[in-house]
Amino acid sequence: MPTDKPLLVVENLCVSFRTEGGVVPAVSGVSFSLERREIIGVVGESGSGKSQTLLAILGLISSPNAVVTGSVRFLGQELLGLKRRALDAVRGRQIAMIFQDPMTALTPVHTIGNQIIEQIRAHESVSRTAARKRAVDLLDAVGLPSPDSAVDRYPHQLSGGMRQRAVIAMALSCNPALLIADEPTTALDVTVQAQILELIARLRDGFGSAVILVTHDLGVVAEVADRVLVMYAGRVVEEGGKGQLFREPLHPYAWGLFGSIPPMHGPRPARLTAIPGSPPKLSQMPQGCAFGPRCTFRHEACAAQPSLGGAGGHRSACFLPQDGRQDLRRTLAARAVPA
Amino acid sequence: MLTALLSRLGQMVLVMFGISVVAFLIFFATPGADPSARIAGRNASQETLVQVRHDFGLDRPLPVQYALMMERLFISRDLTSFVNRGQRVVPTVLEAIPITLSLVLGAAVLWLLGGLIVGVIAGATRGTWLDRTLMILSLIGVSIPVFWLGEVANLVTQSRWHDSWLFSWVPPLGYIPFTEDPWGWFKALVIPWFTLATLYIGLYGRVLRASIIETMQEDFIRTARAKGIGERRVLMHHGLRTSLVAFVTMFGLDFGALVGGGALLTEVVFGLQGVGKLTYGALQTLDLPMILATVIYASFFVVMANFIVDVAFVFIDPRVRDAH
Ligand SMILES: Nc1ncnc2c1ncn2[C@@H]1O[C@H](COP(=O)(O)OP(=O)(O)OP(=O)(O)O)[C@@H](O)[C@H]1O
Ligand code: SF4
Ligand SMILES: [Mg+2]
Repeated sequence: MPTDKPLLVVENLCVSFRTEGGVVPAVSGVSFSLERREIIGVVGESGSGKSQTLLAILGLISSPNAVVTGSVRFLGQELLGLKRRALDAVRGRQIAMIFQDPMTALTPVHTIGNQIIEQIRAHESVSRTAARKRAVDLLDAVGLPSPDSAVDRYPHQLSGGMRQRAVIAMALSCNPALLIADEPTTALDVTVQAQILELIARLRDGFGSAVILVTHDLGVVAEVADRVLVMYAGRVVEEGGKGQLFREPLHPYAWGLFGSIPPMHGPRPARLTAIPGSPPKLSQMPQGCAFGPRCTFRHEACAAQPSLGGAGGHRSACFLPQDGRQDLRRTLAARAVPA
Repeated sequence: MLTALLSRLGQMVLVMFGISVVAFLIFFATPGADPSARIAGRNASQETLVQVRHDFGLDRPLPVQYALMMERLFISRDLTSFVNRGQRVVPTVLEAIPITLSLVLGAAVLWLLGGLIVGVIAGATRGTWLDRTLMILSLIGVSIPVFWLGEVANLVTQSRWHDSWLFSWVPPLGYIPFTEDPWGWFKALVIPWFTLATLYIGLYGRVLRASIIETMQEDFIRTARAKGIGERRVLMHHGLRTSLVAFVTMFGLDFGALVGGGALLTEVVFGLQGVGKLTYGALQTLDLPMILATVIYASFFVVMANFIVDVAFVFIDPRVRDAH
């Protein structure tokens, strides 16, 4: 397989829902691509469409009112609109997913071992014993204590952190080329969070997987990710290499997000900084730039929809002139310093 | 496990004791229910009444009467009916049990299968015409009174078209013991089975459909879909399997109630001398010994069914297993 072909290319992905109040856009024209073994972090406020983007990639939006358009190509194969059978050959085998809440992500009536075995045997013709052996090894690899007995445990017999490890073991069971993790630690307590994230960060080396990681924890992004997508109101508003993006964010929304603290050094900004105002309701999306109502630098041009642009792989969707943006950012930061 | 079983058995005895006492007291508290008057017949003289009272032990204090009756019910097993003189209660009930069990067991097989098929298909095809058709059919099944359905079945198979090739195989109403003629047993019961099962197929189908639809919204279904195991396996192995809890609870309770005498209407319509019919007759004539026997029998099955549901849960739901 040619190595220059990107692993995943998402183009103009749109997800909207038919509701009583009309069609609401949850994801609008999201495009990005991912190389093999690359880790990409996705950040953005609650409701910005991160989960819907990830679910759409794997065709997992089950609502009958959802409309998904655009293109998702995985190793050149279009996934959107793929027949279920063909999609199932990719799911779990090539692309695996880890969900936000480990407490509800596992079927309560089956042992975690059986749930892992089920996935292995769906994709590879191996004996039950061999699959079980692999399940034990996987549980061991993700740091579950005494994997020999843990394999026969039911989800409710494990703590949240242990369950998430089991979910990760299951996701890794077929050596996927891409792992999609949607806030894998949000539901866990702080010490466990660190362990799980460390585990995900090591996946690239241990399993050679590329990772899409959604998280609220900017410190994690700073440590783990190669590239970062910033989402706002269903769109990617900024995209760039981690270093670039943290050093010189281009979008006023990102300025607010990252605040003025240099995240590469010094104390970690643990959570997304609060930005005055709240994201627009999906049913009442403002004309033009969706961030406009909260933006200090809003001007006439912002009545149109800004598109993602910029040089050197660092792109943003904002009408402010490229040069001089950093000066604006610094004035904003200076203003925001608490008295 | 053993202690759980023993405490469960103890509970069972306690419940049955309570129910028998209540039945006994209701009987004596019912106005105009003086059994000696019934036994002695209308216009009996005062002396006859006194004589009858003495003969049947009705002049003893209530606790003694209760104890005597229990002794004759469980130990000497020679308790006789107040109404049909000389009819022994225990053998009569024992004779009725296989009839009721045959009826309810056969119907239960039908309604479990039918309920599963209807529920799974409707749940999986939610919102389609197939789902809607099945739901309308099951609504009809739930709404049809069982005695009416039974009467119609009888009309069709016993008289109208009995002589046609279609229904000439149907034996006359009544029960044929399995031990005498298994094929006859089957032929005599198959129409009552369907009649009794109709309501429950509709009921179980609807409940299972709702339960599956709810389960299929759960997070773990999304996880299962993300594993690439195929929708059928997601539905059966994750959706249905998790939905079975409500199904089994309902089944245990309904089964217990029906075996306990709840199949009365079906028994009456099809001339089956089962426990339901026996209880009904005893209540109409206020035949205390028979009432006590059937009520205790019924409570035994209801409590037993609860017990079996609990045991079944241990197998179906690992979370229950650990709660003990
Ligand atoms: N079935 C649905 N019908 C209508 N709107 C929906 C539906 N599912 C999701 N949405 C909307 O889509 C938007 C995007 O949701 P999404 O879950 O992708 O956000 P998110 O970025 O993952 O947020 P969070 O950080 O809270 O997980 C939300 O505003 C949500 O209300
Ligand atoms: S486009 Fe305009 S409103 Fe939107 S972020 Fe840029 S300056 Fe602010
Ligand atoms: Mg989310």
